[in-house]
Amino acid sequence: MLRMARSLPEEVLEHVFSFIHSDKDRNAISMVCKSWYEIERWCRRRIFVGNCYAVNPSMVIRRFPEVRSVELKGKPHFADFNLVPDGWGGYVYPWIAAMANAYPWLEEISLKRMVVTDETLELIAKSFKNFKVLVLSSCEGFSTDGLAAIAANCRNLRQLDLRESEVDDPSGHWLSHFPDSFTSLVSLNISCLGSEVNFSALEHLVGRCPNLRTLRLNRAVPLDRLANILRRAPQLVELGAGTYSAELRPDVFSSIAGAFSGCKELKSLSGFWDVVPGYLPAIYPICSSLTSLNLSYATIQSPDLVKLVSQCQSLQRLWVLDYIEDIGLEALAAFCKDLQELRVFPSEPFALEPNVSLTEQGLVSVSEGCLKLHSVLYFCRQMTNDALVTIARNCPKMTRFRLCIIEPRTPDYITLQPLDDGFGAIVEHCKDLRRLSLSGLLTDRVFEYIGTHAKKLEMLSVAFAGDSDLGLHHVLYGCENLRKLEIRDCPFGDKALLANAAKLETMRSLWMSSCSVSFGACKLLGQKMPRLNIEVIDERGPPDSRPESCPVEKLYIYRTLAGPRFDMPGFVWTMDEDSALRFS
Amino acid sequence: MSPEIGTHQLESDTAGDMNFKETELTLALPGESRTLKEMNGGKIGTKRGFLETVDLNLGSLRADCSDKDRNESENDVLTAAKPPAAKAQVVGWPPVRDYRKNAMKSCKYVKVAVDGAPYLRKVNLEMYNSYEQLLSALEDMFSCFTIRNYLNERKMVNGVENVPTYEDKDGDWMMLGDVPWKMFVESCKRLRLMKSSEANGLAPRTPSKCSSTSG
Repeated sequence: MLRMARSLPEEVLEHVFSFIHSDKDRNAISMVCKSWYEIERWCRRRIFVGNCYAVNPSMVIRRFPEVRSVELKGKPHFADFNLVPDGWGGYVYPWIAAMANAYPWLEEISLKRMVVTDETLELIAKSFKNFKVLVLSSCEGFSTDGLAAIAANCRNLRQLDLRESEVDDPSGHWLSHFPDSFTSLVSLNISCLGSEVNFSALEHLVGRCPNLRTLRLNRAVPLDRLANILRRAPQLVELGAGTYSAELRPDVFSSIAGAFSGCKELKSLSGFWDVVPGYLPAIYPICSSLTSLNLSYATIQSPDLVKLVSQCQSLQRLWVLDYIEDIGLEALAAFCKDLQELRVFPSEPFALEPNVSLTEQGLVSVSEGCLKLHSVLYFCRQMTNDALVTIARNCPKMTRFRLCIIEPRTPDYITLQPLDDGFGAIVEHCKDLRRLSLSGLLTDRVFEYIGTHAKKLEMLSVAFAGDSDLGLHHVLYGCENLRKLEIRDCPFGDKALLANAAKLETMRSLWMSSCSVSFGACKLLGQKMPRLNIEVIDERGPPDSRPESCPVEKLYIYRTLAGPRFDMPGFVWTMDEDSALRFS
Repeated sequence: MSPEIGTHQLESDTAGDMNFKETELTLALPGESRTLKEMNGGKIGTKRGFLETVDLNLGSLRADCSDKDRNESENDVLTAAKPPAAKAQVVGWPPVRDYRKNAMKSCKYVKVAVDGAPYLRKVNLEMYNSYEQLLSALEDMFSCFTIRNYLNERKMVNGVENVPTYEDKDGDWMMLGDVPWKMFVESCKRLRLMKSSEANGLAPRTPSKCSSTSG
């Protein structure tokens, strides 16, 4: 075998490798033999680091010297719901500083849940001469000043995507920093920005970028500006409208309707804040070619939603508020036979009583009518085991199933039983299930089902569920492909964690908050597992100021080659080999 | 205090052999009854209000970690059924991201003109809960100007002072701070930060009325 490998010239192998893009395959190639490892590392162009603390920048740079595209993720997923205190970490600056030296030809940076500063953006803007793509997903820490630096300096920028980031935006004038000579933009997503951008600068930018395919505007762009923008970009494939509300006037209506009709390539729509239903017919002409529709900000009621979705026969993805109700989901099931992904968000998540008629029946209808459905996020207030069993049987190809019954520990509302059997059916029938979020009243039994059947499961989210450590043990022991486990408010403690410590090294991360893992167990894990970072996050002060048996507030465990990190705030402690000494 | 923790060994080698059904692990203290587990499906059958759940969660165990208090809290957990507390929200539940919650709020954009500034800005009044928050945001936006605090405290920077005023539904220009916040949000059509010298002609304010700052 080795002889064969040496007989093929490097250039040939490199050429072959250039067709291999997936990280898994690239990693496999690099393990074949030493020479393949060497050749592969010099020609790897894309790096994905799922946890920015699992490795440090110099390790990455040392191994892969010719990288063009980097994707990094920082905070754990539960940071989205304010469970990770501010200042926890996820700072990207050290990575950018290291890459500024090592990768002058870097073209793409994608960051998720990281803290990005204006200084970082300025460094990006001046360090990478061929910079093309910046995606900041759920990031924070920067302002429009940083964006102005990007606009002014990145002559070849193709994509600027700020999806769901928190941007400090005192000035809407950053957009004007794109020079008049700048025409390379393909994708712009500023939907998260709170304040206005300069409209004429926006129109001019849109007008001079002939390759613009994706434009997601923010709420501050009023409806009467939309027509002008659309007329300058009839080639748009993806549009996020701004505020979709204005006084109903026939001239405004026909202007907008005309502009939409001119966009023959539109496949995806989003935005639509403050919708005035009278303006919805303006988009009817393009509905039949839409594949993706995000109406999750649109406060329109089910009759209007029914009229809309019944014209979207090509729809593959729908995000919508629960205003759609069961009746709207029935229409969806009847008309949108290509539907693959459905997300239904709650219009009033904190109301004690339901404000809409959306029940388990809506999801059942969709599962019956849409045979390609494989990705679901569904917020509702009631559920039954029968409904879940039906859904499981209808959708054996389900890959992502996230159910959020708004009131914690809600049982089957008809039988008053836990929902163990329902979720059990999901994991049993849906053999390709990769992601699962549980809710409702659940005992250890549901975890037994999960451990037994969910063999392809990669990510599991658990809240207010289970009875004992047995539940956690079932999951850690049985789910062979588990990478991310996040748990809150469950009675899981030390036993299952300590018994399955080795499992934790096969996963990216484990989050446990408001559970019963003791400080003593954390110390023990830290001692025994040097390749894990055991982070105790506790805002009550040092854990050793309380008894060892006292449960920690929050625990974040992740595998790492980089050892304990150095940027921890005062409320985070890493348990390592020395912790037993330090804390005694 | 559980004696198990101190002497517990890592059992990663034997994890597969453990027969948990026989050992019946629970999280109770030694000698604690297993009431919770023995009940229907491990939980009390009736649906408990969320708010009771909040009170009963393991936070009550953690709060006081001394022996004495711990036993008492444990009893609370097991006897259950506290009357519902006032509406309290648990952090991060339901799992809806902040920007979604904000998007559901209605939007009231009003133009803000600042005397001496070359451009108009717009602010969404629904994003703020008080005059203080609004003024602080305006200060951020027009950072080279200062705004006289509605309580008539002067904030001087660069020697320029501005008085926040607004045009109400009737077209009258008023100084900020007279009416309760919510009433202001409803009636405000636009904002103008006037130079103090020009603000003299406005309806006089009575400082005593500006006690209600949040709506």
